[in-house]
Amino acid sequence: MTKYLLRRLVAMLIALWLIITLTFIIMHVVPGGPFATEKPLPPEILKNIMAHYHMNEPLWRQYTDYLGSLLHGDLGPSFKYQDRTVNGIIRDGFPVSAALGAVAIAIALLIGIPAGIVSALRRNSWQDYLAMALTTIGFSVPSFILAGLLMYVFAYRLGWLPPAMWGSPQQAIMPALALSALPMAFVARLMRSSMLEVLQQDYMRTARAKGLPERLVVWRHAVRNAITPVVTYLGPLVAGIFTGSFVVENIFAIPGLGRYYVMSITDRDYTVILGVTIFYSAFLMLMNFLVDLAYVFIDPRVKLAGRKEV
Amino acid sequence: MFFKSKKFFLLAGLLAVLAMMVAGCGGQGGTQGASNQIIRFNVGAEPQTLDPAKATGIPDATIINAMFEGLTRYGADNKPGPGIAESWTISPDGKTYTFKLRDAKWSNGDPLTARDFVDGWLRALNPNTQSEYAYQLWYIKGAEEYNKGTGSAKDVAVRAVDDHTLQVVLKAPAPQFLGLTSFETLMPIDSKVVKEHPDWAASPANYIGDGPYKMVSWDHNQVIKCVKNPNYWDAANVKLAKLDFYLVDNNTTGYNMFKTGQIDFQYNVPVQEIPGLKNNPDFKIMPQAATYFYRFNVTKKPFNDPRVRRALALAIDRQAIVRDVARGGQLPAYALIPPGFKDADGKDFRQNGGNYFQEDVAGAKKLLAGAGYPDGRGFPDVSIMYNTNDQHKAIAEAIQAMWKKNLNINVQLHNEEWQTYLNDMQKLNYDIARAGWVPDYLDPMTFADMFVTNGGNNETGWSNKGYDTLITKAKTTDAGNPKARMADMHNAEKLLMDRMPIMPIYFYTQPVLIKPNLKGVIIPPFNVEAEFKWAYVQ
Repeated sequence: MTKYLLRRLVAMLIALWLIITLTFIIMHVVPGGPFATEKPLPPEILKNIMAHYHMNEPLWRQYTDYLGSLLHGDLGPSFKYQDRTVNGIIRDGFPVSAALGAVAIAIALLIGIPAGIVSALRRNSWQDYLAMALTTIGFSVPSFILAGLLMYVFAYRLGWLPPAMWGSPQQAIMPALALSALPMAFVARLMRSSMLEVLQQDYMRTARAKGLPERLVVWRHAVRNAITPVVTYLGPLVAGIFTGSFVVENIFAIPGLGRYYVMSITDRDYTVILGVTIFYSAFLMLMNFLVDLAYVFIDPRVKLAGRKEV
Repeated sequence: MFFKSKKFFLLAGLLAVLAMMVAGCGGQGGTQGASNQIIRFNVGAEPQTLDPAKATGIPDATIINAMFEGLTRYGADNKPGPGIAESWTISPDGKTYTFKLRDAKWSNGDPLTARDFVDGWLRALNPNTQSEYAYQLWYIKGAEEYNKGTGSAKDVAVRAVDDHTLQVVLKAPAPQFLGLTSFETLMPIDSKVVKEHPDWAASPANYIGDGPYKMVSWDHNQVIKCVKNPNYWDAANVKLAKLDFYLVDNNTTGYNMFKTGQIDFQYNVPVQEIPGLKNNPDFKIMPQAATYFYRFNVTKKPFNDPRVRRALALAIDRQAIVRDVARGGQLPAYALIPPGFKDADGKDFRQNGGNYFQEDVAGAKKLLAGAGYPDGRGFPDVSIMYNTNDQHKAIAEAIQAMWKKNLNINVQLHNEEWQTYLNDMQKLNYDIARAGWVPDYLDPMTFADMFVTNGGNNETGWSNKGYDTLITKAKTTDAGNPKARMADMHNAEKLLMDRMPIMPIYFYTQPVLIKPNLKGVIIPPFNVEAEFKWAYVQ
């Protein structure tokens, strides 16, 4: 077990290093820079600013300096938001994106899993068709359309909910719904197809033959086995949704991390690009890791330590 | 069985989250406090910094202007009026300004003296401050040298004669200097606060200003809340108790917030909403001293021929573009410099200058034939470059169609992401490029000196000795003589419009949504979105 954990940790660090290096190279290859403006600055002033941020030094030097401060957990200052640090931006933005994401994922799972189960059990019934029709909509309507639609109906027309901003529970409802549509549809489909597969298995017949009540057969034998793909999907889903969505955060004026991820690229805010990418990658890897650990509890066939210890 | 309990735990957790959400639904709505003297204004962006020495953005300037005051402050007449300086004298040679300061205080109660202006200006010029706009102070003798690192602070000609007298000596007469003293870069600074709290500009508790309002809180990407500053010298005339700056960058979201009463005043109105707002009492179209134009890369064929440039400029229908595409009440532009600048006789510079050309398809065809492309035959493959944006795209498509119809030439459209676009424009890596220009200060020079040879903002490759001479004259020998100076700029503009390295399209406007019961809000044609000192709710 310890060996497995260590191996995973080393692999994660190497992957992270590769990501940092690639991001660093790519962002410097793209034309422009954090201080390029429509009205070009006098060269002396530009030089002075570049020197302040050590951007006058050779790239390899900037790279090693960056890795050095990264080891101390310092992601540097933002170039655009001059009085803020990247650490501060992540500290402010991540909890907001994460809270919104948690609600969205809760909605996706609470509706998606039961919908998938019911569809599979009542295959080709009207419930199945309805659920699958809804998931098709969930897949194909982009979140900005859904967001706009929700805002128009519930804020503008009906006046039930505040149109935007963050802070009160009712302000979380529309963005969470907009965010949850796609994963909800995905979870429902995943759950349905996985259930259908499991229902065909011999052990299902055995369970029924033993005379177990149908409720127990479904719950203990079918759902438990069928849920594995959903759990697998949960890792990247949590990482993706917790780190925020630019579109939904922009439309609902939510101060999350997602907007910085996109805006920093437009602004060539190098430190924010790197910092948020590192944070996002590390978070994604951690989630995948947790998912792998979770298999042990869900699927009795999986053992982490590998063959030898079996 | 372990799984089962785990699953229950998970389910219970999810349900708890949902329950919290539902429970919150019955809670309080968006009601406001007791006092009705509050304005909630959407500035449209999270400020990049509120440090007056470092700020460059218009939202930043708007917020700073509410909490700081320079020597002067622009009033409803678009002229710099007394601010912290109650009066001033300008020497006959136009170089020495002596400002008489009133008894004023910082928002923390500290006395405000001439020394604080010296500190603020030297701080902006200090190379270690990294002020992008420090060049706004270069008019002052010794300032440029200090800022560039070749001179020293003590040689900068700004001096506190006593607590209430500030004396400034300029390198050369610069009529725009007085107006610049209201600009954020030229704000005073409470050095004690800056020294004690290096992060003062980001912390509401330490954000000490000398303006009508002071900051209470700053919720990033949400709202900056301000209250009236009781220590402001003119607090008796400040009627507003609270002023909230909303930092919502999506203008459709801002529009919905306005419509549902979350905000009272929205600066950028989404273009698609404008036609439906025409008769709405909340909707106003304000002038903006800015120009929308296309640059021609004159170093490239066919744009090295002025006849081609002129032909293209004559062959579009600006009225149709403004009416059907831009739709914000913009004015068709037949010159570079927008309305809003005072000429030597006090009238509008644009009105005095008039239009420099007329649209004329037949004439355009003749010019194009003269340049060797009769009926568009043989016209090279060229493209219009614009930064990715729906409005710019729509305008480029309209112009593309007009050129096709009127001149029978084909141009391609090609959009670029903002930074790539800036980069390509600066490197003259384009054929025709969309551009917009907003003034730095309220004087035609802010437009006129763009197109001098190798000017940093020229970006067309155009060079004309006569033009350069006129601009130099206006800045030096004629600087002290308003009439001659303005005449130089009129002549320069005429020359520019004759040679057409750029093609003007329209003069911007600023469509805003503002509740009719908000009074005394000034929406100036440049620099800040709105001035709230005299604002109140009726």
